[in-house]
Amino acid sequence: MRHVALLAALALSTAASAETVTLTFTGLNTLAQQWFTQTVIPATNKALAAQGKTIAVTFQNTSNDAEATKQQYALDLKAGRGADILSFDGFWVPEFVQAGLIKPLDVVVGKNATAWDGWKQIPSGLQGILGYQGKLYGVGSGTDVRGLYYRTDLFKKAGLPVPWNPTSWNDVLSAARKLKTLAGVTPLQINAGTAMGEATTMQGYDMLLLGTGIQMYDDAQQKWVVKSPGILDTLNFYKTVYVDDKLGDVRWQLIPTGRDLSFKAFADGNLAMVTEGDYLWRSVLNPKDPSGLKNRDDVVGFARMPAQAPGEGIRKQNFVTISGGTGYLINPNSKHPQEAWALLSTMSGKPALDAYQKLEARLRIRKDVAIPGDKTMQYMATTLLPITVTRPMLPAYTKVSEQAQLMTERVVSGQMTPQQAMDAYATAVTQIVGAGNVTEGK
Amino acid sequence: MSAAAEPTPTRGPARPPALLGLPLGVGFLMPALVMVALFLLVPFAWIVAVSFTNQSLLGGQAQFVGFANYARMFDAASWLPGGMGYSLIVTGVFVLGSLAGQVGLGLLLALLFFRRRGPWREVVFTLVTLCWILPDVPIAFGWLSFLDRDFGLLNGILSALHLGRPDWTLDHPLTAIILFNIWRGTAFSMLLFSAALEGIPPSYLEVASVSGARFTQQLRDIILPSIQAQVLSALVLITIWTFNTFGPFLITGGGPLNKTDIVAIHTYRVAFKFGDWGLGTSIAMVVMLLNLLLTAAYLLASRRGARDARA
Repeated sequence: MRHVALLAALALSTAASAETVTLTFTGLNTLAQQWFTQTVIPATNKALAAQGKTIAVTFQNTSNDAEATKQQYALDLKAGRGADILSFDGFWVPEFVQAGLIKPLDVVVGKNATAWDGWKQIPSGLQGILGYQGKLYGVGSGTDVRGLYYRTDLFKKAGLPVPWNPTSWNDVLSAARKLKTLAGVTPLQINAGTAMGEATTMQGYDMLLLGTGIQMYDDAQQKWVVKSPGILDTLNFYKTVYVDDKLGDVRWQLIPTGRDLSFKAFADGNLAMVTEGDYLWRSVLNPKDPSGLKNRDDVVGFARMPAQAPGEGIRKQNFVTISGGTGYLINPNSKHPQEAWALLSTMSGKPALDAYQKLEARLRIRKDVAIPGDKTMQYMATTLLPITVTRPMLPAYTKVSEQAQLMTERVVSGQMTPQQAMDAYATAVTQIVGAGNVTEGK
Repeated sequence: MSAAAEPTPTRGPARPPALLGLPLGVGFLMPALVMVALFLLVPFAWIVAVSFTNQSLLGGQAQFVGFANYARMFDAASWLPGGMGYSLIVTGVFVLGSLAGQVGLGLLLALLFFRRRGPWREVVFTLVTLCWILPDVPIAFGWLSFLDRDFGLLNGILSALHLGRPDWTLDHPLTAIILFNIWRGTAFSMLLFSAALEGIPPSYLEVASVSGARFTQQLRDIILPSIQAQVLSALVLITIWTFNTFGPFLITGGGPLNKTDIVAIHTYRVAFKFGDWGLGTSIAMVVMLLNLLLTAAYLLASRRGARDARA
């Protein structure tokens, strides 16, 4: 009898206390997990209190190799499994949609998601970071821009001006030649090769190609550009840097750990210039991060990437940059899509993002979230966001991008001349997208 | 009772009477058969089917494409770095190098400690066997640091001897993974050969010594012929294992410039990195056929060996 009473009491107490839903979340770094524990989870629980629910979050780490993460997501989703919320790169969306692996928010979550008041704060162009063909698959968190970082201490040593404002490729190359006189210093890192994956396409190849006035995909003609003087100029720049003048370390382009080695060399003052995204500044070199660069603000400068010559960049720009976007989407296989949405909308709200900006200032897509106190990030936001371009949102993009990486690898390794590499690229891309979808550019 | 199960005396040597009836025997076999069917036969049938389609990891509905994947595997571009033809050449070099190293070194170690007991033998055999049985991932990390251009032990030793600091994983990646594979697998040949050597009747060698045969003559005329069957087994088994190994992926990832793109890594790259399951499975089919050929050669040779032994 006493046992029955005890059981009844237990049953009552569990009914009265909140039901806890455990959500799995991928791809959050240490800082973001700290933010979750301190800010996001308590705020979500407050929002869910009325429904008598609380959430707990299990963090699932992903590889720091983006290709491996993408592959893991594809396999998870194809098996009908995976974490409840996935951190996702915008350019993966078309492929995943085409494969039927992800579903729009209005299907997975429904009214709660479409009626969210946060959408009003996100410019319509940026709402589509995790979108495809007019449908939204998740909430974008931020965007990024790319530019040229340089070590001010090495520049001074080499007798170069600080601050430095290059206006052409020649400015960059002549600075590199001066820096080459410093012992033990690699003058320039501009990503090439297949080992770095998309980091080669965006931080390397695109930053040059845009400076010649074209993009990989011609929007007006709706065709992939497979042969053009712009591609040749880009490849010749690589050849100058890695083969002819040895202004960069070709080893970093070919071995699997090359990108990390280049970051380390830059942080240690053994690399003078590197083209990278704001990720390098706010994350890799973040002084607040234990593995960051303590005196970052004293020794690192940022310059916009110049076009080949003034006015010769895409849309006749003097400077060029390209943006990607990342965000979070709810797994269509999630058993708790409503709770997942509560978490996602809370973390994408102004109070939560404002709290995060204090830990790591990022380029946010919400109009009401500012970048506090970081002049370099503010400079990137004001000067580069207005002139940026994005990657073609097409399912074939990934495969074409891999061919572009291979093309740069063939040139920097000396396997092929720029002309041979471009011809091989043209053949391969034509095979991927079909002869009707390619063009030879101006 | 046992009369029914008694085999007819004309069909070879007499079998012991069956302990189980047929239904019970099949019943006992069922769990194993179900496992084999579930994890071997069904996936195999699936792979055969997929190899005739254009199915991909991130693709729409798969379509039947006939032998297109098989044709694509060996088109002109496949002989360029990154293609299947190129991968087979790389694998050939890798297998031959590993084979020579493992069998040669294994035989050398076995001969070195032939008829010797004592602590040295124990220490060497234990260390060599450890290289063989330790798990892949920690071993790969060890080798990565061993081969490192700037801080690696190997280059530390070489530069102390004024032999320079080669960039192993960049300039000599195939040599590096061959060395790694020899280091990893020598234990098998060493153990196999040293067991075989123990089986040589001591009188053979004693008589040879008394008659004045030099060691090289003993090696050629007594030792090698006596362990011929084991050498053959080692050659075929190591070829099959080396052909299918994936371990070097952890050291070079198949690169740089596809210089270490051995078939296991190549198959993985096509199927999972590029998500091209149609081509990936057809490569797996070709690899399996090659393995079957090797296995057939092995079985044939070992059967002949057994026949020779009986004769």
